[in-house]
Amino acid sequence: MSDDKAKKTIEDKLTTIKYNCDSESHLVIDRELCKNCESRCCTYICPAKVYTYDENQNIINVDYENCLECGACRIACPYGAINWNYPKAGYGVVFKQS
Amino acid sequence: MEENKSQKFDAIIVGAGPAGVAAAVTIARGGARVLLVERSEFAGTKNMIGGAVFLTALKDIFPNSWEQAPIERYINKHTWSLLTDNSSVDVACDFPCSPKSASIYRSKFDSWLVDEAKKEGVYFAPSTLVKRLIKKNGYFCGVETELEEIFADVIILADGVNSLLARQHGLRYDYETKDTVLSVKETIKLSKEIIEERFNIEKGTKNGAARNFLGGLKLENAPFALGFMYTYTDSVSIGLGVNLEDLNRYGLNPSDLLERLKEHPNVKPLIQDGEMLEYSAHLIPEGGFKKLPKLCANGVILVGDAAGFINAIHFEGTNFAFASGKYAGETVLAALKIKDYSKKTLKLYEKKLKQSFVLKDLKSYKDIMENLYSRTESLMNYYPKKASEFFKIFTGANCKPKRDEFRNFIVHFIKDRSLRELLKDAWAFISSVFGVLK
Ligand SMILES: Cc1cc2nc3c(=O)[nH]c(=O)nc-3n(C[C@H](O)[C@H](O)[C@H](O)COP(=O)(O)OP(=O)(O)OC[C@H]3O[C@@H](n4cnc5c(N)ncnc54)[C@H](O)[C@@H]3O)c2cc1C
Ligand code: SF4
Ligand code: SF4
Repeated sequence: MSDDKAKKTIEDKLTTIKYNCDSESHLVIDRELCKNCESRCCTYICPAKVYTYDENQNIINVDYENCLECGACRIACPYGAINWNYPKAGYGVVFKQS
Repeated sequence: MEENKSQKFDAIIVGAGPAGVAAAVTIARGGARVLLVERSEFAGTKNMIGGAVFLTALKDIFPNSWEQAPIERYINKHTWSLLTDNSSVDVACDFPCSPKSASIYRSKFDSWLVDEAKKEGVYFAPSTLVKRLIKKNGYFCGVETELEEIFADVIILADGVNSLLARQHGLRYDYETKDTVLSVKETIKLSKEIIEERFNIEKGTKNGAARNFLGGLKLENAPFALGFMYTYTDSVSIGLGVNLEDLNRYGLNPSDLLERLKEHPNVKPLIQDGEMLEYSAHLIPEGGFKKLPKLCANGVILVGDAAGFINAIHFEGTNFAFASGKYAGETVLAALKIKDYSKKTLKLYEKKLKQSFVLKDLKSYKDIMENLYSRTESLMNYYPKKASEFFKIFTGANCKPKRDEFRNFIVHFIKDRSLRELLKDAWAFISSVFGVLK
């Protein structure tokens, strides 16, 4: 079986995508609101694992560079803590075979 | 922006997907000055489809040139599979001589659409993100991009499922998670020959196949999810659309769920040895008729995904996008003629939608997704399992009297699920069918 070609983790999958990365984040979260959040659903529903929880500092980190611009986190966040915008024109994800 | 001297147009279309292009060419064909604005550098590179574009709707917009569209394969073979953990019960149909849809890559297809629109006089502005709409005296009359303000008599919002603009300006409420499907997809490279073999496609033809999968995720608390596959010339897509509320509720990640589908014994052989070319994700608005936005207001019209025009049961979206774009375009031409861009005049758009399949279908399908969603557990686990058990008896030659086997099957069919639940399933089914036909 040649599983070598199959990509299974999100990290692997993201390597197949082309991005034009901006130096500024198009996703801005209100970390104060996150402090009350029990589910932290952004950390698991995101197809690109953009959000991770830093237990030590009790904050959410945002790897906006990996964002696929789907919009799911914006709708799913129970506190409306994500100020969700498109990246600037010409920046962000570039799907070529989707 | 090309050849654009004055910054005033008759119409501005935001978003160069199927809906935006259909609207733009319709207006240009009527002789008006129209600007099509797109945030990506190359049209289609922000977009994803399962997926296949529907040809009747495409031909209606481009009757003379549709055959030149960058079509990968004609999807004329469809198979729906009920999956258990390790089996599949399928229903299939095959019309090799009458293609109704075709697989496409959005980057190529949307760029082609835009090129066709440009040939017909549409001004196109790529790499242009509309940040806000301009409203004066109660009328929408322009767009604010990152660089400038551009004015027009009418604005058409064809900006897709997230339509930040419609939300900003109170034309639409946010979707709830239960009305939203998050899809993830992988494009997987396979040779032409392997694709023809695995999907039983005649060699050397442009024929192709689509597969849909229900169940098979090996989860007791399975989310409401539908798997899909489409064949391309020398690749296949495989993806999964999952209800966002369920992802939330069960703490699931869509990519992990897709891995489960890919590992299923009936799915795995289809993609074996393939190399992943691209991973992608996109939302599908499934609120339908009950969640329709304001379809127009003074100086503005909503089309396609921005208006939530999707029939999830039949995987239809591009046809709604093309048709609604065209009706919006026709409405704008009528408004330009009498120089009246009020909501009252633009309501012609709603009238056209009501007379067409767009609102007729959305209306008759208005309860189906809710009905199915309320029966998630039976759809994702119970019925696939029972279908599999039935066919194991039917085909198994188990050296047991068939009478006993079938009787036992029926007893368990009722026992394994309370009568109350079975009646609820039946009711959901009947009311769905009745809803469509009444
Ligand atoms: C997984 C999946 C499978 C699907 N399968 C099928 C299928 O098999 N058949 C089918 O018919 N349909 C299918 N669909 C649905 C179909 O893709 C959509 O209904 C269709 O693309 C909608 O077209 P649209 O023009 O309304 O929006 P879109 O195609 O989303 O286009 C919107 C455009 O607007 C641009 N934009 C957004 N905001 C701005 C802004 N502020 N400024 C400038 N530009 C902006 C975007 O970059 C984008 O190019 C599927 C969808 C998904 C997610
Ligand atoms: S779901 Fe929203 S509120 Fe909760 S942690 Fe994530 S961003 Fe913060
Ligand atoms: S838009 Fe989609 S990909 Fe981007 S952070 Fe949100 S959920 Fe993740």
